[in-house]
Amino acid sequence: MTGAAQLWDEALAAGKLLLQRPVCGGAALFPPREFAPGTGEELEWIEASGRGTVYSVTWIQRRPPEAPYNVVLIDLDEGARMMGRVEHVTPDTLAIGMAVQARIAEGPLVVFDVVPAGER
Amino acid sequence: MGDHFPRGKTAVAGAATFGVGEAPGFSAMEIAARATQLALGDAGIALSEVDGLFIALPDDLFGALSFAQYLGIHPRFTDNNRAGGASFMSHLVTAVMMLDAGYLDCAVIAYGANQRSSGGKLSTPARADRWDGPYAPMYPLSFYALAAARHMHAFGTTREHMAEVAVAARAWANTNPEAFAKGPLTIADCLAARMISTPISVRDCCLVTDGGAAMVLVRSDRARDCPQPPVPILGAAAATWYNSLSQAEDATITAAAESGPRAMAMAGVTPAEIDVVQVYDAFTINTILFLEDLGFCAKGEGGSFVADGRIAPGGALAVNTNGGGLSCCHPGMYGMFAMVEAVRQMRRQAANQIDGAQLALAHGNGGTLSAQATVIFGASDTI
Repeated sequence: MTGAAQLWDEALAAGKLLLQRPVCGGAALFPPREFAPGTGEELEWIEASGRGTVYSVTWIQRRPPEAPYNVVLIDLDEGARMMGRVEHVTPDTLAIGMAVQARIAEGPLVVFDVVPAGER
Repeated sequence: MGDHFPRGKTAVAGAATFGVGEAPGFSAMEIAARATQLALGDAGIALSEVDGLFIALPDDLFGALSFAQYLGIHPRFTDNNRAGGASFMSHLVTAVMMLDAGYLDCAVIAYGANQRSSGGKLSTPARADRWDGPYAPMYPLSFYALAAARHMHAFGTTREHMAEVAVAARAWANTNPEAFAKGPLTIADCLAARMISTPISVRDCCLVTDGGAAMVLVRSDRARDCPQPPVPILGAAAATWYNSLSQAEDATITAAAESGPRAMAMAGVTPAEIDVVQVYDAFTINTILFLEDLGFCAKGEGGSFVADGRIAPGGALAVNTNGGGLSCCHPGMYGMFAMVEAVRQMRRQAANQIDGAQLALAHGNGGTLSAQATVIFGASDTI
């Protein structure tokens, strides 16, 4: 027997971004839980498409010459929200509402790349 | 059932602050104890009469036990509720219900911190959880920044609007002898301030000060025999929707939208009837969010609501009349100071007294816009 959080960790280490959703339907959720929040219903695992949209973004400033880094909230297409980081962007090229795609980077850690307009 | 509240059955009989600003050489416990001593003196009640202790200290998870030991009393009940800066409003809910039920006769709610003198930065054992932590958000600042950025995106709120909150707070502080940060502050100063986590700059952030505060609560019949004008507690409600803001359904709506209406319903009042508003302004966006969520303006209109000095001295609504966490003091969990300022206003003893004020609202916030709690106080002649 393993708790949901450890199962999620193990899947991520195996290269899969998992989400959960209630077996009788409804939006996916994150972080992983033992049962559906609010209802207590049974959950099933699904593999996330990784597609998402930037819900909010902040750029954390650092002492120069260190560049600022971003922290974002991402709405995944399946309905869950998670914190993340968008890579290879600047404050001028990242905005709320942009389409992003999840990627599992070293760590393992879920990070996001901007999906160019028209590619989605 | 639910939300049954003994409106006006309990009252604040004593209130005090100690060490607001800088209290070098004092521990958090010593500051809390001194504030408690002053509040009991204010109430004319002996330490030995205290039978309920409510406290949240920065780094003592068993704070109320340590506090009982320090004070040398044997309370019937202690409460270490840690809902961040909303802890003390939550303490008040419990204390009021227990006093009204006759379980307690005299409750003390206290707080003390020495974060300015001991370290110079926010003192908190709280941190981002395991899901958010790997992305290295500043805790709690970046979470407020994410809410602010979303509010700007959704409603067109601007950094100028946020600056209005800081400038208004400073104007109130400038005429409050107790306030720590004084001097001129302009919108331009705020806009030029060093950015920390966009869109929050250093001027959007509360102070890092020392300070403590305490209140003594008793049933209203007892309070009427105390030396100070009693301040009846008309309603109080706490609400929690999440811990991490990353799990908010809508990052622009806080649980103040629940705690405020519930507290006001208990008190039988509407936002339009509130004379003075004290909200926990950890960051300038807080004031905008809470004025919306508490019903002083519609969702999304908080920015324009605070513009043109409308919450500054002489403005349409008196908000944070002590200077708030932005310019009066912020020892780490400000909620206690919002309540003490509301009490002072109801007693007609505030540094920036609002003439004829009959109703005061104090609102606490904890975590990352997570814990919300609202208290409605009346003046001695309100009920």
